[in-house]
Amino acid sequence: MSERENILDRIRAALRVPAPRPVLHGQVARGAYATKTAGHFQQWLPPGRKLFTEQVELFCDRSAELKTDFHLVPSLDEAEIVLAQIAGAENWKRIATHSGPLTDAAVSRLGLPTLNTTAGYEVNELEACDAGITECDALIAQTGSVIVTSRDSGGRALSVLPPHHVVIARREQLVADLPAAFVLLQKKYGANYPSMISFVTGPSRTGDIERILVLGAHGPKKLTIFCF
Amino acid sequence: MASFSKLFTSSAQGVASDLRHRGLIQTALGKYKATRDSREASYQDWQAARQVAAETKWEAINHLDQYLDSFVAKLEARGTKVHWVSTGEQALDIILGIIRQRKARSIIKSKAMTAEEIHLNEALEKAGYEVVESDLGEFIVQLRHEPPYHIVFPAMHLTRGEISELFRRELGSAPTDSPEELTMIARRALRKKYLTADIGITGANFAVAETGMVSITENEGNTRLTAALPKTMITLLGIEKVLPKLSDLALFLPMLATAGAGQQLTCYNTLYGGPKQSGECDGPEEWHVVLLDNHRTALLADAEQRDALHCIRCGACLNVCPIFRNVGGHTYGTTYSGPIGSVITPHLRGLQDWKHLSAASTLCGACTETCPVKIDLHHHLLQNRRNAAKEKPAFFERLAYKMFGFVANRPALWWLAKKIGQIARPMQNAVKNSALDPVRAWTQTRDLPPVAAKSFKDWWRGRP
Repeated sequence: MSERENILDRIRAALRVPAPRPVLHGQVARGAYATKTAGHFQQWLPPGRKLFTEQVELFCDRSAELKTDFHLVPSLDEAEIVLAQIAGAENWKRIATHSGPLTDAAVSRLGLPTLNTTAGYEVNELEACDAGITECDALIAQTGSVIVTSRDSGGRALSVLPPHHVVIARREQLVADLPAAFVLLQKKYGANYPSMISFVTGPSRTGDIERILVLGAHGPKKLTIFCF
Repeated sequence: MASFSKLFTSSAQGVASDLRHRGLIQTALGKYKATRDSREASYQDWQAARQVAAETKWEAINHLDQYLDSFVAKLEARGTKVHWVSTGEQALDIILGIIRQRKARSIIKSKAMTAEEIHLNEALEKAGYEVVESDLGEFIVQLRHEPPYHIVFPAMHLTRGEISELFRRELGSAPTDSPEELTMIARRALRKKYLTADIGITGANFAVAETGMVSITENEGNTRLTAALPKTMITLLGIEKVLPKLSDLALFLPMLATAGAGQQLTCYNTLYGGPKQSGECDGPEEWHVVLLDNHRTALLADAEQRDALHCIRCGACLNVCPIFRNVGGHTYGTTYSGPIGSVITPHLRGLQDWKHLSAASTLCGACTETCPVKIDLHHHLLQNRRNAAKEKPAFFERLAYKMFGFVANRPALWWLAKKIGQIARPMQNAVKNSALDPVRAWTQTRDLPPVAAKSFKDWWRGRP
């Protein structure tokens, strides 16, 4: 018999004896789980916002808390101008990106040597880049997160290996909360998910030394998000 | 060799009186408590969220065979190789087999408690491979050749001075007392390892049955790099990690972050559904998922304590436990410490050897109250004590209770015992704490109350 069969047999034998259900105030809430969908969770989680303008405001607040550099700009053109200023201030020499309508526009104005990861790349070359510029699947107002995937954000490493991660997003990509984000992912990908989906909430951080917050542990030290 | 129980007692005595250690733990866990409390308060209803989380894990664990089947079928459909293993040795054989076959030289690893459980690093090093821990805390304790102090904060017991000294000795870096500088030293040291490693090994936080995905939660980005750059990726996880639906993560990700570190969401929550897919530009060419039982089915068979498998390893019960805060993480001598460790270790490694952990508790219930998935921890500690006594009754304890019953049932003997107590008790004060003290085992750490000069019976008889 295979180990798979052995383990499943032990599980089935163990489950012949039923376990008591979780109790709430002395009462057993029967079958509560079956009726719960992602939408239900929002009533208990930290509150989100209904109106779009409020959601933008919340994303702004969360970004400040997380030390994400968030720029709400009137147009992609404006984003490109600010990005060029950052590139100058930080003295970028080489950048990495992937093919996409927003990233293509953004990097063309920078005029820096650019590594495009879309058709494959050499990892040492990516490591030598000062910034990784990507698109995203969604921004989440409730948590200040950005969703990147291996399919639509230039692979697994582009958004985490260079020391500065820049995201360019459209306003309509902002969703209210985590449950809404999962609904969006399910709708967008159906059964054909990318091999990696990451919820990125602020720049890389650690508190492993005396519980003191340090940014840029292994991933990017800076996260900049443009939303137009 | 001294028993695990004796080792626990002697280590506990040392650590509990170590003022430096106490200071460190109070600072670290004090910060944790403040951020966690305010974060919990930001929930619209934290208690209702706990209830639904508990019911979700109940559903998953009590239909574990079905959900595992679905999880594995979905994973395999997208080109992932799944290995089922019953024991730690089998897991080591499988992992070593993969590494040998790939003719790998260097291995980068992200944090995984299951790997600690099966002593993966020791086995890999013994087989001649270099394995580097990439999580900062784990990297630090690996350099010190010691196990993690805490399941979430592995290096919580060290000061920046000690870490600076360690880095100077092991990595040749300049001394510094800035946590930021220390973090950057580790960052630089590990960068090269990511780029050259042949194999990346990770753990997992959740296994999503509905879509066949593994969810990994981290702050540093080390796991994302481990899962992006090496050509071969291996993920080791326990069979209890299952969640039924993808959308369940909308609840579990924020709850794990809040309970674990007082964060609203951990920095990176990443879902992996397969190796590099066609049309993708990077990622491992092959992905092996090792599904580990290692006595989890024995815990599953105990219906009374089955909910201990709901555990999402957030570490909250350790942080609030007065015993953990006094004796520290290493004293337990187990992979999983604190209340959850005291509950499950007897199931994983033998009740008689590890029953003392269940006795080392005040039964205050702080663990049960804080657990985000409502595991009935302090009652399970009591059940372990009961099961241990039932399985192997303590001879002297039974004898003592028999004698007490014998005396208490005979008024004349009871009167005599009372008189002896009244006369002998003041005399004990004279020899207290010396070798002559007949009740020294008790009075070393506790007070012996005086015997009342007048018993209730005497008072009742003589009342006006």
